[in-house]
Amino acid sequence: MTDTTMTATAVEKSRNQWFDVWAQFRTHKGAVAGLAFLVFITLFVTVGPVLWDVDPGKLNIRNKDVRPIYMAIFDSDAKVSWGSPMGTDNLGRDIMANIMAGGRVSLAVGWTAMILAVFIGTLIGVLAGYFKRLDGLLMRFTDLVLALPLLPLLLVMMLLFRDPLRATFGPENGIFILIVTGIGITSWMQTARIVRGDVMALKEREFVLAARSIGTPAHRMITRHLLPNVMSPIMVSATLGLATAIITESALSFLGLGFPSDFPTWGKILFDSVDRMTAFPERVIWPGLAISLTVLAVNYIGDGLRDALDPRIRGQ
Amino acid sequence: MLIYTIRRLLISIPTLLFIAFVIFMLLELAPGDPMAQMPLTIPPEVKEKMRLALGLGEPWYVRFPLWLKQFFIVEPQYWIDGTFGTNFADGAQRIISFQSRSPVFETIAQRMPQTLWVVGMSYVVGVLIALPIGIISAYRQYSVFDQAGTFVSMIGFSVPPFFSGVLLIVIFSVQLKWLPSIYDTTHVVGDWDSFLFQLRQMIMPVMVLALQTTAQVSRYMRASMLDNLGQDYVRTARAKGMSESTVVLKHVLRNSMIPVVTVIALGIPSIFGGAIITEQIFKVNGLGQLLIIALQGSDIPMVMTITFLLAVLIVMMNLIADVLYGILDPRIRYD
Repeated sequence: MTDTTMTATAVEKSRNQWFDVWAQFRTHKGAVAGLAFLVFITLFVTVGPVLWDVDPGKLNIRNKDVRPIYMAIFDSDAKVSWGSPMGTDNLGRDIMANIMAGGRVSLAVGWTAMILAVFIGTLIGVLAGYFKRLDGLLMRFTDLVLALPLLPLLLVMMLLFRDPLRATFGPENGIFILIVTGIGITSWMQTARIVRGDVMALKEREFVLAARSIGTPAHRMITRHLLPNVMSPIMVSATLGLATAIITESALSFLGLGFPSDFPTWGKILFDSVDRMTAFPERVIWPGLAISLTVLAVNYIGDGLRDALDPRIRGQ
Repeated sequence: MLIYTIRRLLISIPTLLFIAFVIFMLLELAPGDPMAQMPLTIPPEVKEKMRLALGLGEPWYVRFPLWLKQFFIVEPQYWIDGTFGTNFADGAQRIISFQSRSPVFETIAQRMPQTLWVVGMSYVVGVLIALPIGIISAYRQYSVFDQAGTFVSMIGFSVPPFFSGVLLIVIFSVQLKWLPSIYDTTHVVGDWDSFLFQLRQMIMPVMVLALQTTAQVSRYMRASMLDNLGQDYVRTARAKGMSESTVVLKHVLRNSMIPVVTVIALGIPSIFGGAIITEQIFKVNGLGQLLIIALQGSDIPMVMTITFLLAVLIVMMNLIADVLYGILDPRIRYD
């Protein structure tokens, strides 16, 4: 008798909100598959280079234009080698090593730009929602930014600040900072709108009134009471932001305005291979598949998170 | 409603002026030199004179109002003159491209048809595919068709146009050799065969752009239909003994179209942005490609004008979407 009540309370204790969220998340098959793929691709680009110790930039002209290993099945004369299972490009660089190095950059750009965009969006959304005086001004500003043609402006920014930033931070870091900032400051608007709406609704609730009546200052009100409650829409828009950031970076690289040449990212490898896709279609398919599957995985995770974080759906 | 429209039109004027100012100041910071392509043998003082001839000698607060005047007054005058044979413009200075030394709007007018054909066609095709998918997905919620529709629209959201386009080229141009991989803009449609060729070269770019439109619009259509299918008036209509097709295709569809129409209007500017990449893949010499070339050659007037035209499109479509919403839905009153 005592035993059962003991275990009941023990189970009761271990159930916190995130446990419920995880339980709901696990029921969404697509989201779980997406998460598994994201973990896999992250390990592939971070741990992969340790296991596959080939320099992505190393030229090996003798070994150029090696086809991927599976080509041996269709065509016994194809030039294949177990030394480079995904083949090599026209300068003999190993494609698998390039995909790993490129993925590291693409994912790093995606995550950093997403964090920046979510930070700006949350800041503006909370300020506009909480302080009435700032609301009109900040929301007009958000509407104005939404009315800007963003892709052309991003291209203009790439061209403008490329050289000064390169001179200051070096070719790779300069472009990294530029792309991350560019994507960050052009994709915060949706987050800001959602957060503002939620904060305005929360402000009218009793617990906020209670907190205010005991004299909670504004900054603690925001960090302790409002932010934890708008966490779920922020997380959902963060996943969407990660997906768009990866696509935008690849698009910039594809238009030839991204990272410098011989610095691989997925979009850049795809762009460089387009000229030879007639003879070597695999060179565009590998990086393209990597981008598409990663974004698809992230979108499915977002879908699952939206369901899992919604208390009305959870537990049904 | 009319007052609301007029007020919105008036508000959009300062918005557009501000956007023009932002774009202008961004370009003003450009370190790219339009004279960089000139031969090094040109003496510096001649180079300076050429720079002045391009209008670069004046400070920004002179050039920005000048550009506004050219864009809003001089260019429409030339347009009216061209259409009606009048002479309002009287030889006033037009916006001149740094690269081609010809009026910017003439180049844009030459490039516009290609972009409009590909983009416009893809949007129409995308919407026409999306609407039935959305309707059936909602009517048979959680069926195999609905699941497949969800998956396809997920793919449409996730696969970037520069991969789907390249993939289509690899499959249909390289492997199967059915379709041409390069869009031939000099092609003139004269007879049945040339029309078929035009159709074949348009399929791939149109499909790449349509996939993204379909993904978005079909999701909205499905959600909107689901909202309406559970309403009381649907039960009433069924109880009156109306046929199922009348209930779904007349009552529910009409009400569900209201938010979808505004989404369709709002999506038009973004499809023009997406066309920049698609035109690059299929080598369509449209507006997007013109913008990329102008950017690379730091052709400031051209970049400024194209970017601003896109901004005008965005602001106007926002306005049209809001007004349409008010006209279609009698419950919404803006006064």
